[in-house]
Amino acid sequence: MTMLLSAPAIDMPGALASVLGLVAITLVMTVGVAYATWYERKIIARMQLRLGPTRVGPFGLLQPIADMLKLLVKEDLRPATADPIAFELAVFAIFIPSFLAFVAVPFTADWLISPLPLSLLYLLAISGLSFIGFLMAGWGSDNKYALLGGMRAAAQLISYEIPLILAMVGVVMVTASADVYQIILFQDRIPLIVWQPLGFIIFLTASIAEVERPPFDIPTGESEVAGGVFIEYSGIRWSMFQLSSYVNMYVFALLGAFVFLGGWEWPFGRDIGWGYQLLLTVSKMALFIFFYLWIRASFPRMRVDQLMSYAWKVLIPFALLQIFLNGLFIVYDAPGVVLAASSWAAAGGLMYLAFHVVRRGEPRKPLQMISVRATAVAARSAS
Amino acid sequence: MPFQALLDSYLAVFIAAIIGFFLVATALIAARVLAPFSKEAGKSISYECGMLPIGSTRASIPIRYYLFAILFLIFDVEAVFLFPWAISFGHAGKAAFWEMVLFIGILGGGLGYAWKKGVLQWNK
Repeated sequence: MTMLLSAPAIDMPGALASVLGLVAITLVMTVGVAYATWYERKIIARMQLRLGPTRVGPFGLLQPIADMLKLLVKEDLRPATADPIAFELAVFAIFIPSFLAFVAVPFTADWLISPLPLSLLYLLAISGLSFIGFLMAGWGSDNKYALLGGMRAAAQLISYEIPLILAMVGVVMVTASADVYQIILFQDRIPLIVWQPLGFIIFLTASIAEVERPPFDIPTGESEVAGGVFIEYSGIRWSMFQLSSYVNMYVFALLGAFVFLGGWEWPFGRDIGWGYQLLLTVSKMALFIFFYLWIRASFPRMRVDQLMSYAWKVLIPFALLQIFLNGLFIVYDAPGVVLAASSWAAAGGLMYLAFHVVRRGEPRKPLQMISVRATAVAARSAS
Repeated sequence: MPFQALLDSYLAVFIAAIIGFFLVATALIAARVLAPFSKEAGKSISYECGMLPIGSTRASIPIRYYLFAILFLIFDVEAVFLFPWAISFGHAGKAAFWEMVLFIGILGGGLGYAWKKGVLQWNK
């Protein structure tokens, strides 16, 4: 108790270093998010055989700047019946948790804002907080679409939080540490995706749902709820929502890169130096982000009942299975190959089940291939 | 980890919260200075794709959201118990593992019961 009372001495140099580091992250993050939108538009355009932005600057490189200026001077609307406190504070409640995650992200071996002892748990907990902001925005907007979108967002975020955490519990069982730094050090020779492919697939699926990107963008689906919670937000407030959505995407991409792909450690990260480590981190993160964009270009949006069923009936049982297999093989001292093989087999089972369920839908009619020429000939002979 | 060191490492979280708050506040203030604000009454009606809104927005919400929230709470608390166990179960021996299997089994049984009762069915 005396320790509690005599504790207020704040470590001033440490605090100053944190402030400088966080300001640097803020600047890099803002530019990074702006160019993530450019990258996304270019990638999606290429996948749809278009060019994407080309007019503003070379290769459209100044497009994000133009967009930012436009959003900054856009007329700001707020419904007269909206709850002013919930409506205004929702912007903060969504952005701050996604920004807080950067405190515990080790970009290289030496560059980390603060060494939190349970940083994996901290990252999971912080990233789960943003659903409060969605609920506030949905309730505060005084709009039926926004309310529906907010409720859907909350239901989706809490449902996919569970498989995400359970997949991470499997990782923690293998590495015996809940510190992201220690988990990265564990992967100096083999990245964890080799040991835990089932956990990786569950994490990947759940992280797409957590950042609400297609095909899991049901809370903001334009054709269903007309933009969901964003419907009453315009100008800078809307862009704050977009900013936090992209920051969340970065955070989950970084988390996946650290936990499953070996972060800055694999391969040979420790031997070469911090520049190479930063390159490893950024390139693995870019790999994840590219995957998110690829998924967006490839899959139609899921239905809300499919979404909830997939979380509760498929991902959670499989995540529990992963925990059971890990525990069994670690407690009975099975060789690592057995652990990896069981996870690969279960991952195959999950893939097969997902494929089977998706295919089961309505009975598919056999496609009838009718040649245009034959139809035209038939029509002419009929008339 | 001593208490002072723990406090120091979480000081950065507190600082980050303040910086994040100021970041959003700066953006909002900049927009308030630069962007025009609508004074027109028609623009401050909530948007329902061109129609005038009918009835109250504070409508009742399906009970299903509540059931999912309860299920979430159960599994989230389970995760809180799982994390310390997952870090240390390698040293704790076989009994600790089978006890946790029992614990997860009970929760899994609960999930199965909810499944059978149709709680997990979104559209009835």
